[in-house]
Amino acid sequence: MTESPLPPPVPALAAEPLRRRRWLRVPAPWRRPLAAVGVTVVAAWVVIAVFAPLIGPDNPLAQNYAILAAPSSAHWFGTDELGRDVLSRVLSGARVTLPLSVLLVILAMIIGAVIGAAAGFFGGWVDNVLMRVADLFFAFPGIILAMAVAAALGPQLRNAVIAVVVVSWPSYARLVRSLVLSARSAPYVIASRMLGASGWRVLLTDIRPNASGPVLVLAALDLGNAVLLLSGLSFLGLGAQPPTAEWGAMVAEGAQNFNDWWVGLFPGLAILTVVLAFNFIGDTLRDALDPRTARAVRLS
Amino acid sequence: MTALLEVENLTVALPTRAGYRNAVDDLSLTVHSGEVVGIAGESGSGKTMTALSLFGLLPHGAKVTGSARLDGTDLLALRGRPLRDVRGRQVAMVSQDPTAALHPILTIGTQLTEHMRHHLGVSKSEALGRAAELLDTVRIPDPERALRSYPGQFSGGMRQRIAIAVALAAEPRLLVADEPTTALDVTVQAGILQLLDRLCRERDTAVIVITHDLGVMSALARRVYVMYAGRLAEAGPTSRLLTRPRHPYTRGLLDALPHPEADGAPLVPIGGTPPSLGAVPGGCPFHPRCAHAVASCAAQRPEAVQASGEEGPHLLACPPDPLRVLA
Repeated sequence: MTESPLPPPVPALAAEPLRRRRWLRVPAPWRRPLAAVGVTVVAAWVVIAVFAPLIGPDNPLAQNYAILAAPSSAHWFGTDELGRDVLSRVLSGARVTLPLSVLLVILAMIIGAVIGAAAGFFGGWVDNVLMRVADLFFAFPGIILAMAVAAALGPQLRNAVIAVVVVSWPSYARLVRSLVLSARSAPYVIASRMLGASGWRVLLTDIRPNASGPVLVLAALDLGNAVLLLSGLSFLGLGAQPPTAEWGAMVAEGAQNFNDWWVGLFPGLAILTVVLAFNFIGDTLRDALDPRTARAVRLS
Repeated sequence: MTALLEVENLTVALPTRAGYRNAVDDLSLTVHSGEVVGIAGESGSGKTMTALSLFGLLPHGAKVTGSARLDGTDLLALRGRPLRDVRGRQVAMVSQDPTAALHPILTIGTQLTEHMRHHLGVSKSEALGRAAELLDTVRIPDPERALRSYPGQFSGGMRQRIAIAVALAAEPRLLVADEPTTALDVTVQAGILQLLDRLCRERDTAVIVITHDLGVMSALARRVYVMYAGRLAEAGPTSRLLTRPRHPYTRGLLDALPHPEADGAPLVPIGGTPPSLGAVPGGCPFHPRCAHAVASCAAQRPEAVQASGEEGPHLLACPPDPLRVLA
């Protein structure tokens, strides 16, 4: 009988001093500067979103001040055309955009994953029908389709979220379908069926772990897009309605008061930082969950 | 000893461009409980298709006729839930490639307990306890730790042991091992063979070993079925078959093997290649490659019948029986 022993614990780590080891536990991709920036910025925005009423100097809806006053020590970001404090509005805008973006990405992910899994798993005409529907959504530029849907449902923040979900789910469906297709015929999935697993059990226990990583990465990368689309719809007047403090709507207001740059610049910067930070995190997550692409990127 | 599995007139027809062709043709075989039976033959001789038909997992569009009774239940007639209850619980399979058969990102513990809990309805903690015992049975050191490990942390031989443990998780009565040692190196092979042999004796599990390696057969199987082009060529006790084969094809397989006693003698390959599914010759499928072929071989498809002059059961599908004189 030949018995090879279990691989021994990695000795290099065990020999290192404790402090060094703690640091090493943060996976390599998360130790890069961009990842740190992304995490810090998003964390900051989350804190702002949670505590906006406490941090903000003023009620974002109160029209108490001089109209279109330039930034000063009293109003760091100036005031808008209705005499509202821009800083307070930008800070409270985080309470609209962040939770809604996360919510709509989760919705799109769930819808897309279910549809994609069904298409990949059942194959045949189910696959054909579902994927042609997805293709239909891919055929239009996202923002145009989102505008059409939002306009058809009526300009309202809730409808803007629905519109963005409608244009976002097909990418998840495609991704999940391809992952399910490749896993479905994997030998370990066949082996699992041979041991009596039903289709659903195979899907949930054997295929799901293969799909969850890539789907999470796509979702993280998609968050930035979601923020952009949602703000874009509000900018076009199809999303948040006055007087809601929403970044896209505020930028639109700024565009109408072009000489008073502070009205549009600060909400614009808010959008910029959030989208960039989400993308940094998405990239990092991709590298962390799929070491192959990370290595390929570093080698190239 | 009672018959656990009785396969009768099993025919598996696969769709090809030229219509349906029989990948398995009128095969009958019997496996008793606690017995190791071998199915031998070259690639494409229908060994794996025979096994897959027992699991209802044939390629799309395949047609199956005949019957495969496990304790009186015809496996070929089962569908849906009853079929899934048989898979794993009654019959289980160990596949050729242990690296591929284990899920790379689930722990060994998850993979071992998953089917056990489903089939036996035991609690998670009990399943984990049984899983540890099972790993101990297949001689995995430190089972508790192995349960928390991933397949990638084990060597090929260890993974095959684990794959065997997974197959045995729900205590099946029949284990089908499809080329269980092909992907392993020779020293590890011996260990796996011993393991299968021991399991079979200790747990009264019947084993069907599918292999092209007659060396594996001789180490393990009590009886061997030799298949060629989907048909049974010869079947009998391993000891007889390997020492005094009656079918020219069995003889050919043996001559192609290195033999410790025949020191320095050149190996004799079987000329030609096995026929593809669409081009199985008429008559005896082996006759174009057979050195002993006579005119009648091309004309009539031989049936497997009791070989004359053998005491025990010994089936032979070679009417001219040229090796009888030699034997």
